[in-house]
Amino acid sequence: MSIGQTFLGLLEAGPRHGYDLKRAYDDRFGHSRPLPYGQVYATLSRLLKDGMVELDGIEPGGGPERKRYAVTAAGVTDVERWLATAEKPEPYLQNTLYTKVVLALLTGRPAADLLDVQRAEHLRLVRELTRRKLTGDLAEQLICDHALFHLEADLRWLELTAARLDELARRMRS
Amino acid sequence: MTGPPLLVGEDLRKSFGPTPALDGASLDVVGGEVVAIMGPSGSGKSTLLHCLAGIVRPDSGRVLYEGHDMSAMSDSARSALRRTRFGFVFQFGRLVPELTCLENVALPLRMERVRRGEAERRAAEWLDRLEVAGLAGKRPGEISGGQGQRVAVARALVTGPRVVFADEPTGALDSLNGERVMRLLTLTARETGAAVVLVTHEARVAGYSDREVVVRDGRTRDLQRSR
Ligand SMILES: Nc1ncnc2c1ncn2[C@@H]1O[C@H](COP(=O)(O)OP(=O)(O)OP(=O)(O)O)[C@@H](O)[C@H]1O
Ligand SMILES: [Mg+2]
Repeated sequence: MSIGQTFLGLLEAGPRHGYDLKRAYDDRFGHSRPLPYGQVYATLSRLLKDGMVELDGIEPGGGPERKRYAVTAAGVTDVERWLATAEKPEPYLQNTLYTKVVLALLTGRPAADLLDVQRAEHLRLVRELTRRKLTGDLAEQLICDHALFHLEADLRWLELTAARLDELARRMRS
Repeated sequence: MTGPPLLVGEDLRKSFGPTPALDGASLDVVGGEVVAIMGPSGSGKSTLLHCLAGIVRPDSGRVLYEGHDMSAMSDSARSALRRTRFGFVFQFGRLVPELTCLENVALPLRMERVRRGEAERRAAEWLDRLEVAGLAGKRPGEISGGQGQRVAVARALVTGPRVVFADEPTGALDSLNGERVMRLLTLTARETGAAVVLVTHEARVAGYSDREVVVRDGRTRDLQRSR
């Protein structure tokens, strides 16, 4: 999640004070993890330095939170590019899980069980998100779906790895 | 979920050839719960479902419905049980192509000798609950796969079964239609208190279940209960 570009996008609706911007961000994207003020103003001063935003008048007697920011043409281009570019698929748990599986095989512990336990935990969360989806509004549904598709991908990996444990063990021995 | 199990499969074994399809599979289902049977392709999920539903007779082991051993029943008693207490949904609707959707849904009732008018009235109610009332007069060839599956769910539920068996009911559908079928299947089953035995390899479909049972090499592993 890029806060800078998100700010620029929010500013496209019109100039805002830093405080308003933070509020708008928290409301839409904070998900119970509000942005710290320090991060808000650090991001804004970087955007200002890079020419992505400009000051839109300073009210008399105001501190930094009284400054109004407006997005520049360069800022708009930046948001556009960000929105048009695919995000790099991030590895989530694979590294940890792969390490655990290999370690289990190396130490002669039941790797299949480890995968099954992980699988049950994943499915527990799948169920929980499915329940949330059934009672949530559209925004909630879409957010849950995103998580569900990722969990599904992890689960497929767990299944595939389970099917290849013997092969993996053989390769490790040779 | 508590209470005596509605359906119990005990140490089921079944071979079609030299290698066993089921090699000691056990599963019990309580009224009103949705159980997902998962596992790799060829692990024996469908065979397990068919044994539980009395479609396939296991080589050994028992299936008890409300405490009654199904293998001890006569063929006619067993098929009567299937018709009146069980409902089925398969991967591809398996609707009768010559009949309209309404007639397809009414069919299980007609087989129980319910009068045509009454059967079609109840069928129409179920089509409505599954949000496909508008398809009543259409034939299966004229509707989409997702619509067909909802008609199939209506047909499975029309007799008020105690157990609905569903083998990859969303296997041929895209995610949105698959979700819709699952939501309607599980919601209506919960409303009527029916249990659902669901075979799926999709995690997002299993998300609609209360618990899952994993089948590997013909053996079951109950992940929730083994902890
Ligand atoms: N009627 C049959 N005749 C011969 N072999 C069968 C029959 N039904 C199943 N088998 C075999 O039994 C094994 C288990 O099959 P089953 O259909 O139960 O697997 P499954 O878990 O449902 O697989 P899938 O996910 O691919 O549907 C397989 O090896 C299959 O080839
Ligand atoms: Mg199958």
